Amino acid sequence: MNARSLFSGRHSVSDIHPAAIATVVVLIAYPTFASDFFVFQIGAYSLILGTIALSLMMLAGYGGMVSLAQMTVAGLAGYLVAILGDNSVEVMGLDWPWWLFVPTAILGAALFSAFVGAVAVRTEGIYTIMITLAIAVAFFYLVRQNYVLFNGWTGFAGVEPPTLLGVYWRDPVPFYYLSLAVAGFFFLAVLYASRSTFGLGLQAIRDNPRRMRALGYNVTLHRIVAYFLSGLIAATAGVLFVWFNGRISSGSVGVGIVIDILVIAVIGGIRHPVGPFLGALAFVLLENFAIDLIDRERFNTVIGVAFLLVVLFSPDGLIGIWHRIRPRLRIGGSTRSKSGRVERVDRHAAGSLEQT
Amino acid sequence: MHGLAKKALAAAIVLAFASPAVAQDSIKLGALATLEGAFAAPGEDGIRGVRMALEEFGHMAGGKKIELITGSSDASPDSAIRATRKLVEQDGVKVLIGPLSGSEGLAVKDYAKTQPNVTFLNGTSAAQDTTLRSPAENFFRFSTDGAQWMAGLGEYAYNKKGYRKVAVLAEDYSFPYTQVFGFLEPFCRLGGKAPIDARFWVPIGNKDYSSVIAALPDDVDAIYVALGGADAVNFLTQYEQTGGELPLIGGSITVDQTVLGSKGRTRDFVIGTPSAGPISDTWDNPAWNGFVAAYKKQFPDGFPSPSLFAHGYYINTKAALLALNEVGGDLSDGGVKFRAALSALEFDTPTGKVSLDERRQAIADMFLTEVIEGPDGNLLNKTIEVIPQVTQTFGLSYEEFLKYGQVGRENPSCM
Repeated sequence: MNARSLFSGRHSVSDIHPAAIATVVVLIAYPTFASDFFVFQIGAYSLILGTIALSLMMLAGYGGMVSLAQMTVAGLAGYLVAILGDNSVEVMGLDWPWWLFVPTAILGAALFSAFVGAVAVRTEGIYTIMITLAIAVAFFYLVRQNYVLFNGWTGFAGVEPPTLLGVYWRDPVPFYYLSLAVAGFFFLAVLYASRSTFGLGLQAIRDNPRRMRALGYNVTLHRIVAYFLSGLIAATAGVLFVWFNGRISSGSVGVGIVIDILVIAVIGGIRHPVGPFLGALAFVLLENFAIDLIDRERFNTVIGVAFLLVVLFSPDGLIGIWHRIRPRLRIGGSTRSKSGRVERVDRHAAGSLEQT
Repeated sequence: MHGLAKKALAAAIVLAFASPAVAQDSIKLGALATLEGAFAAPGEDGIRGVRMALEEFGHMAGGKKIELITGSSDASPDSAIRATRKLVEQDGVKVLIGPLSGSEGLAVKDYAKTQPNVTFLNGTSAAQDTTLRSPAENFFRFSTDGAQWMAGLGEYAYNKKGYRKVAVLAEDYSFPYTQVFGFLEPFCRLGGKAPIDARFWVPIGNKDYSSVIAALPDDVDAIYVALGGADAVNFLTQYEQTGGELPLIGGSITVDQTVLGSKGRTRDFVIGTPSAGPISDTWDNPAWNGFVAAYKKQFPDGFPSPSLFAHGYYINTKAALLALNEVGGDLSDGGVKFRAALSALEFDTPTGKVSLDERRQAIADMFLTEVIEGPDGNLLNKTIEVIPQVTQTFGLSYEEFLKYGQVGRENPSCM
């Protein structure tokens, strides 16, 4: 996990903030002190939702493109796993080997994401949101009403991860580590890509597409590639998502959860790749425990109010709150310096939702 | 920013360890219902049923205090499993009542197989396969399934009403499949027809029925409608507005209290609709009247009369409490004794005697009803006939019944 030092000579181990190391240690040690429920339904589920939200954060934070179709991409990958792999519903289930259907599902969904991008990139701001929402809703109705391929309302059940290396990957601890590996990999990949030529180009396009065009960049293609890459992230998380639930149906890609992904990304903050994961953790904890805090008929209100408060007091989400209170706590000087270049650009990212 | 991650994790860790210590003299009872989405009103009534049973037993069973923990789903299998997992693995309930709807029941039954030490009792989910095919050893259903609910309706429509050909309109998932099967099987056996191209399957939460209404054939005698909650209200309203004149035959939750209690112009239009189900509002019987009185007393803001959801959850909760009394509240053996007591349990409910078959599925009385206007202007289901002790297999042997095949959009074919 400590791979950031491997990326280039520009970063040395001493640059890494002690809190980051502590976080990694806690994440890896987590199953040793948490119950199965907390490992699986809180830990793994947060990581999966966080990874899907990460793909949105990448598009929105670095590219200024808010796509509501990320859950749709993840859902398509999940459906492809159920269709190409094995399920217990006796609809489809082509029984391909896992090493064939997993890459196929991920690539297929990522190509779909590139297609969504191709449709959406020529629009700006609210129109991008509308187009991607339309695609998400269309997909939802397609899977709900199509029985030949997607088995309608009931969808697919009995979707099992392969048993590899003698490990049943749906058991809480292995599945948690699998989710952690995927989430960690994409977290670092996004962090790295944000400083690559491609990532800087994307951020520059976000800030001034006309200037980039004048400099000779193919802005449209650049954005479509960004959609494709974010599709890879969402699709991989989608494979984990279907294995987590063991089932997928139209309800898994409904408008509710599509909006949830946006909420998670915004609550966490889209300035930094860690935001979506914080947002996902907050979301999953609320979803599971709000009902214990308050009268059962009002628990959705608690969830809504909590999110409202975060957005009200911090337009850039939980990360923003941290940035506001940190100066008062007088700790941690090096977090900022180690990613100074990104931060400078990112200062505008928080407002990019409004700007675009 | 990583510091915050650490803090959030610390909070999660604290939460992980903060699960309250289990008191020796209390038993945790989980109740799972749909408190969100299209089925929120039925879900709330289900929870009322659980509370009624607890009230009746003074929140005690087997000498121990019963602690109720509710969970909520939105009627999708995914959310039902997540809520169930939380109740079982985090809150540590040993007995769980629920879920409410068909596809959820199938999912929870599959989950039950992974938790052999926890006992699951159904809420009101009524899909056939929950108990018919590959049942779980620790999943009990003291409520009846959607096909049982239709007992007597097919015969009534053919013989008394004289219908020979019907169109079918139902939601597109496992519970309505079960209902349609339960109605059509006897109806078609007598010689009735229900052409495949006159069967309309709509998604749950469908708002606009104009295309269905336009496509209804002219040469049918009636429409069999199996929609629930808001869907039923939407269809009934729109069918009336377009001047539809065909008589209706109702599924169990199409003309129940949750629909009849809704304000709107559909009221006069549904009067005379025959239906069948596990309860009947107007059944003049001391046990039922007592149940209604208790419901009204405990929940003045509830429905005018308890819905079948309150009824189903009540019966399943009561079964759990009775069995807990029998074993003295002892679940220390992973619930083995408790489940043995449940299997042998036979008791009187507000709607007659209930017992279980070998697949832990209830055998109970069913009610054939017709919608009438009550004395104070509210719509009620008048009892026409009580069909005694209906089994899941319609009195056939298990093997013979399996030959019908799985319920679905084209079963029975009825040509």
